[in-house]
Amino acid sequence: MIYPVLEVIGLVNRFGAQLVHDGLNMEVRADEVFGIVGGSGTGKSVLLRSILGLQRPQAGIIRIDGRDITKMSASQLFGVKARYGVTFQQGALYSALTVLENVELPMIEHVVIEAAARRELAMLKIRLAGLPADAAEKYPSQLSGGMIKRAALARALALDPKLLFLDEPTSGLDPISAAEFDELILYLQKQLRLTVIMITHDLDTIFRTCNRVGVIVDRHMEVDTLEGIVNNPHPWIQAYFHGERARERLGTHGT
Amino acid sequence: MSALPNILEVRRSTDGLELELTGEWRALRFPDIDGALATVDLAGARRMKISTARLQALDLSGAWRLHEFIKQARAAGVEVAFEGAPPDQLRLVDQTLKGESPPCSQQTRPIPLSPIEELEAPALRSLEFLGRHAVLYGRDLVRDLAFLGRMSVTAARGLTRTKRLRPTSIARHVYDTGITAIPIVSLIAFLISVIIAYMSAQQLRNFGAVVFVVDLVTIGVLRELGVLLTSIIVAGRSGSAFAAEIGSMKLNEEVDALYATGVDPFEALVLPRILGLVIALPLLTIIADIIGLAGGALLCRFLLDMPLTQYITRAQGAITATTFWVGVMKAPVFATLIAMAGCYRGMQVRDSSRELGRLTTLAVVQAIFLVIFADALFAVLFLELRI
Repeated sequence: MIYPVLEVIGLVNRFGAQLVHDGLNMEVRADEVFGIVGGSGTGKSVLLRSILGLQRPQAGIIRIDGRDITKMSASQLFGVKARYGVTFQQGALYSALTVLENVELPMIEHVVIEAAARRELAMLKIRLAGLPADAAEKYPSQLSGGMIKRAALARALALDPKLLFLDEPTSGLDPISAAEFDELILYLQKQLRLTVIMITHDLDTIFRTCNRVGVIVDRHMEVDTLEGIVNNPHPWIQAYFHGERARERLGTHGT
Repeated sequence: MSALPNILEVRRSTDGLELELTGEWRALRFPDIDGALATVDLAGARRMKISTARLQALDLSGAWRLHEFIKQARAAGVEVAFEGAPPDQLRLVDQTLKGESPPCSQQTRPIPLSPIEELEAPALRSLEFLGRHAVLYGRDLVRDLAFLGRMSVTAARGLTRTKRLRPTSIARHVYDTGITAIPIVSLIAFLISVIIAYMSAQQLRNFGAVVFVVDLVTIGVLRELGVLLTSIIVAGRSGSAFAAEIGSMKLNEEVDALYATGVDPFEALVLPRILGLVIALPLLTIIADIIGLAGGALLCRFLLDMPLTQYITRAQGAITATTFWVGVMKAPVFATLIAMAGCYRGMQVRDSSRELGRLTTLAVVQAIFLVIFADALFAVLFLELRI
């Protein structure tokens, strides 16, 4: 049986009296780029944290490669964590380590590998993320915003995951860098046959990269193809996709 | 999927090798892949045929190892060919290493990795070490002075206008560094006075001079131990807190944000902490003195069977108001040293969380050192002044 890469069924997250998710469902298939959209405070980060096993939901099932992670022990989760890569909004690079050491860290944790080979392999990932080789010896504080995003991507790819989570990959980048980063993600997605799940606010990124989009509204998720979601009658989705900037994009997109 | 490292099948013909890749060539199985390829004996082979038909998965790590193996084989003069098309991943590795990939890369040309340059001779290296550290310490000294100057200017400016002193902020620091420290300071003062009384009683009993225990405890606590121990506890509690708070604000660029809004961080962050501690530490010292004297009294009453009235009469004979003031007047000086060490190191934090830890440690160590050093100077001063 072939499982979807990621499956979330009936997810409920509650903080005190505040209900964040109430029966949220989503399914991500292999080799697609799935965008998660939602207003501020609708629980995008909570959703991501639940999927990554950083917090346990009150109810619901989260399956990665067909295995429910909400019922796993810490040691089982450790194994699952080697199967996906994550980049965080601010990069979350370890500030005391160089870029090279940042990329090597997941390898040290999960694979027994000779230091020289590990170094070469990490360099390969750094180059694959489009960073110049001399960035490898730099510390995160010496990098520009765009380079931090690329270094975080290189670290996320360290163990060659099939599934990649990106939290606001293009936030804080200028439009040209953001476009380049989108292209990089698409290129890597195609070359490495990745499944990409990204949280983003950037309409340009959504239209450039995503195959399907899930919008969190009213504590659950509306999932559809890009064309489908644009025509969804929900007022928030209408407002989001039919603002002035969105209309410009739609004009060139031909929907 | 079997757990065995069935990664590779090798068949030998007259002049060549046939490699059949099987199973999953993934990063997580890198040790198996590495081991399997390392056992392939290239000697005597002239041709090598690689078949990937039975390969279930090949990720970039696996492809890189294969790429390295092929490179090694070619270098040994072996002709390498694939049965069918070579896997795409191999091409990707090749392109990336050549710097042709990804298309939107920021790299201009592939720069070969060069090891960090090192001086060969150990004599030169130690000379370099000496020079580097001399320069670093010199710069440190200049920065110390700059901080001190900056602080003095801010304090002088603050004294002209009370609004600049930020009373709310000072009150918060008095609470954090003073009031919340009362329980631990009291406990330590109590225990120390009990220890001194007990130890000295054992010795003085030999001379039949147990009554002098009172002199020792009261003078010892009031002149030295009350203020010194309180300062050391506060250095550990609040010196570290100052360095960590300001340091993490530096890392978060909050200090830069203050500058940008036109607020002087020295005025908003450093001065209130120093003034807060200058107010709190003398008060804590007074509390420590009281508890210390009470502890001594308690021990004398219950362990040495000395009536409380006798303790009080003896204490009144031993100490004067000066004894008390000598202790308490040191507190503001110690407070300034502790707060300055904490704030100064906090402001030095840059770039990484490791720096934060290093400088917080340094702040506490230096604060305690400065307190004890200043106490020694005071001891000499009071001796000269015959106080």
